Amino acid sequence: MSAMDTRTATIAVLVENEAGVLARVIGLFSGRGYNIDSLTVAPVDEAGRLSRITVVTSGTEMVIEQIKAQLDRLVPVHKVADLTVEGPHLVRELALIKVVGTGDHRVEALRLADAFRARVVDATTESFVFEMTGNADKIDAFCALMRPLGLAEICRTGAVAIARGTRQMAI
Amino acid sequence: MSATAMPTAPAATDHLSGAEVVLRALKDQGVDVIFGYPGGAVLPIYDALFQQNHIRHILVRHEQAAVHAAEGYARSTGKVGVVLVTSGPGATNAVTGLVDALMDSIPVVCLTGQVPTHLIGNDAFQEADTTGITRPATKHNYLVKRSEDLARVVHDAFYVARSGRPGPVVIDLPKDILIKPAPYVDAPKAEAPHRSYRPVTAPNRDAILEAVRLLKRSERPIIYAGGGVINSGPEASRLLTEFVRLTGMPCTNTLMGLGAFPASDPLFVGMLGMHGTYEANLAMHGCDVMFNIGARFDDRITGRLDKFSVGSKKIHADIDPSSINKNVKVDVAILGDAGQVLAAMIEAWKSDDTPIAKDAQLGWWRKIDGWRSINCLAYTQAPEPGAIIKPQHAVKRLFEITQELGRETFISTEVGQHQMWAAQYFGFDKPNRWMTSGGLGTMGYGLPAAMGVQIAHPDALCIDIAGEASILMNIQEMGTLAQYRLPVKVFILNNEYMGMVRQWQELLHGGRYSESYSASLPDFVKLAESFHARGLRATKLGELDDVIREMIAHPGPVIADICVDQKENCFPMIPSGAAHNEMILGPDQEKNAASVTDEGKVLV
Ligand SMILES: Cc1ncc(C[n+]2csc(CCOP(=O)(O)OP(=O)(O)O)c2C)c(N)n1
Ligand SMILES: [Mg+2]
Repeated sequence: MSAMDTRTATIAVLVENEAGVLARVIGLFSGRGYNIDSLTVAPVDEAGRLSRITVVTSGTEMVIEQIKAQLDRLVPVHKVADLTVEGPHLVRELALIKVVGTGDHRVEALRLADAFRARVVDATTESFVFEMTGNADKIDAFCALMRPLGLAEICRTGAVAIARGTRQMAI
Repeated sequence: MSATAMPTAPAATDHLSGAEVVLRALKDQGVDVIFGYPGGAVLPIYDALFQQNHIRHILVRHEQAAVHAAEGYARSTGKVGVVLVTSGPGATNAVTGLVDALMDSIPVVCLTGQVPTHLIGNDAFQEADTTGITRPATKHNYLVKRSEDLARVVHDAFYVARSGRPGPVVIDLPKDILIKPAPYVDAPKAEAPHRSYRPVTAPNRDAILEAVRLLKRSERPIIYAGGGVINSGPEASRLLTEFVRLTGMPCTNTLMGLGAFPASDPLFVGMLGMHGTYEANLAMHGCDVMFNIGARFDDRITGRLDKFSVGSKKIHADIDPSSINKNVKVDVAILGDAGQVLAAMIEAWKSDDTPIAKDAQLGWWRKIDGWRSINCLAYTQAPEPGAIIKPQHAVKRLFEITQELGRETFISTEVGQHQMWAAQYFGFDKPNRWMTSGGLGTMGYGLPAAMGVQIAHPDALCIDIAGEASILMNIQEMGTLAQYRLPVKVFILNNEYMGMVRQWQELLHGGRYSESYSASLPDFVKLAESFHARGLRATKLGELDDVIREMIAHPGPVIADICVDQKENCFPMIPSGAAHNEMILGPDQEKNAASVTDEGKVLV
């Protein structure tokens, strides 16, 4: 890999769940000109004091190392893990996809949803809302198939990710 | 109310107002002076200040100056500088100072007033989104929304400001939180680790050994030391000096690092970078191993990155992991506090038995001495008493006379040519004596910074080496000098130009001096007098020494207007976008700057 090659990194960040912490992380990315492909955040401990941010970004190896170092030096950040390089891990995204249509299109949409293990969570005579989880590629593929069948609206969470096996990220 | 009479048990102090809790926390943090400016939102703190006598308040004339004064105080003492300003315009005026402290890693805690919590977000009178505005301007900031968080947040702010790579911290204080009672809690014990912020200070032993072996085998080594050494405390500078003398290697300092290694030592090759010495820059260019301690490969240092010291192995020791491999890829990374790194290096140097490449290093010194003999800082001062004063000569004489007098001397500067001349011709043998705005390059820094230094060192000689343009940016602080009888000396190298701007226009923009002439200047002598200070002027060489001596001898504040050669440029210079070995040494080579490409011109 040459110094100019870019890669995608799925980075998990454990932070104090305090006011402004998300603004700090986002401000760091915008202020320093880094990419954010997706970002998710929610509290993850019982007391609600810790939040976990999953951010998918891309850049050269040097830039990704910078991103991790810059994140790590934010005061409310406990830990930063680059799941992409640290070993096998799972990435999941949740999507809600609305398809509007009647007749053959509707039947075909339902058939494909079944093949993709998308669940119907809302239906009217003219529409479905499908819920699906998976990695970004799978959701992209499903959305592409729905496009000619009346795809009306997409809502996606962005990636959440966790290491496989016993490896843990805790403070 | 006397704070010493207060019981120490937290439970018994419930009767304190938020403002009193803030002051008690400051006192417990060892604060004895704060720089501030009042306003509606912080009146409760001013009221509490009035009723105590542990903390002295210095009333500045502009909030930006309060932050620079706190920076000067912090840099000259190693303590955290403290600022108090009101909401809205008070906070926004402080922003330049905060960014200045951020860029130069200066520990500052800035308390800002805020509208009461129930009005936040309502566009209330003098409301500004202070935490939003200062988020990228600080190392960290807080908005205190609950009284029970107040004392803890103040303690936390001091810890964050001074730990790891130091920096400015803002605490935004809504007025209702200051008025309501708040519980006091003591500062956490030193051994109790912070929940999330625990910078690494102890270096990794293997990295130290690898660094020592690289340096021992090196044929052409150089030590490049920056402000991190100063920030680590005077012991780190002592250790740096010990290490350099132990190894016999050449040492160069960055603008921020001046004083970390004694300028008078023969192993010192001068400052490096855009206006650094020929020998320092060529040694950086030609070395085979570089040991960077507490510097950050800033673009003023590296010049053109792809031509920066291409053939060398690089060792970088820094307390901030994000500074390592940011601009320049290094071979050995050492994470840790500069003082601890240097102590470990000295120990490893003594115990490791790798043979030293002595002969080769002698040859390297001969080469460096050859570069030195070019005498890149030479200038021509006409000797007759009526001759026009060269700005370099003015700084050199100021240095020599202060040396002669032997008084403890602190120098601050504004930004421009005079700043570079001060760095080049004033030698610093000790750390914490030199305050300049390096990272942000803030005109208007020097006078308030000198003020802060003078507060911390009442008996020392504090001189702001200034330009006539920069000094006008915070000239109102002459009022503060008068009020507190601070005998700060403002030494203006008056070239009637924004000289540094004029120099770039001459070299890179065809001599079109667009808006860089300092028109309609005040009479600085009268200006000094109207601020109850002494005004002096030197217009020719024969007057220079007398003015310097009189300035120093006068017991109060002085403005010395030194009228210098208007055409003088600051050399050596590495033009933007050039490599270290493409340095312009003097006016004869100015035409070389014409070869600067558009790519180079886009650089600042
Ligand atoms: C606040 C601010 N505005 C603009 C600049 C850009 N700037 C850098 S040096 C300089 C001229 C400074 O003139 P003077 O103080 O007379 O110093 P000289 O270069 O003449 O010694 C200017 C405008 C700056 N550094 N800071
Ligand atoms: Mg000038």
